[in-house]
Amino acid sequence: MAKMTLEELQKLRETKKRELEKREVTGKDIEIIVGMATCGIAAGARQTLSAFLNELEAQNLSNVLVRQTGCMGYCYAEPTVEIHMPGMPDIIYGKVDPETAVKIVRKHILGKVLINDHILDKPAADIMKK
Amino acid sequence: MAFKSYVLVCGGTACQSSKSEEIYKNFIAELEAAGIKDEVQVVKTGCFGLCEKGPIAKVLPDESFYVKLTPSDTKEIVSEHLVKGRPVKKLLYQGEETKKLAKIEEIGFYQKQFRIVLRNCGVINPEDINEYIARDGYAALEKVLFQMTPEQVIEQLKISGLRGRGGAGFPTWLKWNFTKEVNDFPKYIVCNADEGDPGAYMDRSTLEGDPHSILEAMTIAGKTIGSNKGYIYIRAEYPLAIHRLEVAIQQARELGLLGKDILGSGFDFDIEIRLGAGAFVCGEETALLTSIEGERGMPKPRPPFPAVKGLWQKPTVINNVETWASIPVIILKGGAWFANIGTEKSKGTKVFALTGKIKNSGLVEVPMGTTLREIIYDIGGGIINDKKFKAVQTGGPSGGVITADYLDTPIDYENLQKLGSIMGSGGMIVMDEDDCMVDIAKFYLGFTVDESCGKCAPCRVGGRQLLDYLEKISKGKGTREDIAKMKQIGNAMKRASLCGLGQTAPNPVLSTITYFEKEYLAHIDDKICPAGKCKALITYSILPEKCIGCGLCARRCPVNCITGEKRQPHVIDQSACIKCGECYSVCKFGAVARK
Repeated sequence: MAKMTLEELQKLRETKKRELEKREVTGKDIEIIVGMATCGIAAGARQTLSAFLNELEAQNLSNVLVRQTGCMGYCYAEPTVEIHMPGMPDIIYGKVDPETAVKIVRKHILGKVLINDHILDKPAADIMKK
Repeated sequence: MAFKSYVLVCGGTACQSSKSEEIYKNFIAELEAAGIKDEVQVVKTGCFGLCEKGPIAKVLPDESFYVKLTPSDTKEIVSEHLVKGRPVKKLLYQGEETKKLAKIEEIGFYQKQFRIVLRNCGVINPEDINEYIARDGYAALEKVLFQMTPEQVIEQLKISGLRGRGGAGFPTWLKWNFTKEVNDFPKYIVCNADEGDPGAYMDRSTLEGDPHSILEAMTIAGKTIGSNKGYIYIRAEYPLAIHRLEVAIQQARELGLLGKDILGSGFDFDIEIRLGAGAFVCGEETALLTSIEGERGMPKPRPPFPAVKGLWQKPTVINNVETWASIPVIILKGGAWFANIGTEKSKGTKVFALTGKIKNSGLVEVPMGTTLREIIYDIGGGIINDKKFKAVQTGGPSGGVITADYLDTPIDYENLQKLGSIMGSGGMIVMDEDDCMVDIAKFYLGFTVDESCGKCAPCRVGGRQLLDYLEKISKGKGTREDIAKMKQIGNAMKRASLCGLGQTAPNPVLSTITYFEKEYLAHIDDKICPAGKCKALITYSILPEKCIGCGLCARRCPVNCITGEKRQPHVIDQSACIKCGECYSVCKFGAVARK
């Protein structure tokens, strides 16, 4: 790369900061958990996960943490996705294909509107939490 | 394609020596085999600090902290964790609580730490300037080049209260200001990376984990005091740190962050690396500068101080690695932010290399004023095998010991000095009841006697004499007058030696005499070594009533001096015994006695 000017450095910092922020865990208040058990993967959970990551990048959302987890128990409705965010109830969506993933980001996370035809359940109470 | 997971593999020297390089390569190969190479980013970072548990790898966003990995473990982590999202529990960090701890926040080691100097270590890839820039790298330089006057920079340093982390604790702003005020050009900026204390590796890890922070800070100093040239003096025994510095300098030059007309500001600055040959005295600033000039590294009397007449007799700012690494943060967050951390006279944080008889040996950064107890028990996890804490040695060969009575002393420059030790560079060696204080004093003094350059008599002759007395005492031939003599010689060395090496060399001896005089007297009056270290004063013997004649000791004895019939008590031939202690440690029946 050639020598930079001040503006170029500042621009580079912004781009790189966004890339690095994806690695960070603290300061992210929205959580997307994708079920990645055998059944989930067989039903296309990997593509769903990629769709989430790509859409978050496209929307420039840096406060969302994407995790993967094991089987959520809804093997008939895979891929399943759990969403936690402030101001919205915790929701599990079922049959989330890449298209629905994009919808979830745009409507649920950005628009704060539930996507009714994919709602499966609320997560079970977590006995490990006080 | 965005990454769904990140694997951060520690690339510090400690982890690399236990195959982290291979682990890094295996991760990449396994990910490729699993077909998810594009979904997971593998990053080689600097030191995580918990060297005791290395090699370490961290998986994000799950924050799984994998420890003591072997190259073959990567397969399972990739197939279970990265493909299926199930962390491999048996490889995760396990604390004292005997439950598996998956997340870093749950590990006691990190809880009391506050990382300023090590802010990027274990977080970024040190060989990628972009990752440093992403973490506000070179933003402090921007500020200094375009928004601040040199006076404002010095004012912020003054407010911050930053003092030199290399040992003596001289206020950094004052040093810079002296150099700035001298009207004599060219001026030079020097980074002292000649870390030589036994057991200390703070500077190495900082350079390996975050080399750009040093380059940025030196450039800031150049702009502030009016210098266009910097030197990093680093010992040749740090090949990885040197390599990372070279890569960093290269990348900074390519982006125009070093070289001519930095960021179009009209300011030129460049940095050169100079390798030291491993002489301890070259960590002393005047000797270091002499060595950069190509001469034999010997100290010079001060004044004149390097701030006025340093490298090639020109005004020079010389700071230690840790001091440099703090500077970009002070500029970015402001001196007042930094001054909020620490004690009244010692601001900010200090990195310590925790080693010796401690469970979590490693690199820790804590606010000044943290107590020794917090460092040793809360962060360090206590003494290995839960033995009794005896003392901690701080400041390396220039420092002294601190005993259990002072565990609750808040650590800062003044308090350590009051206790007869020094902050030094930050080595912290923990000792338990099995360590003999005469032996420890002998070890450190032996080191400084070897490393003395020989230029001034107090250090050259005094050191040798002190060592002779210590050897005499450890052989059981000492007298009480010897202790008085040692104090006298030690105090003379402190006052008359030319440089820091000689002035501080007697510290380990004097401080062990102060706090453990009884132990010295046991060697002198009773001819015994209470810790069982001084070979001339101990004998191993077999207790016939306990010995079952298994013959294990006889088989393990390296000089074959143990004999006996099967199932009959054995005997040690004292004239041939070399007192290695092997029989003592292998006997399962407690039948070998050490006196």
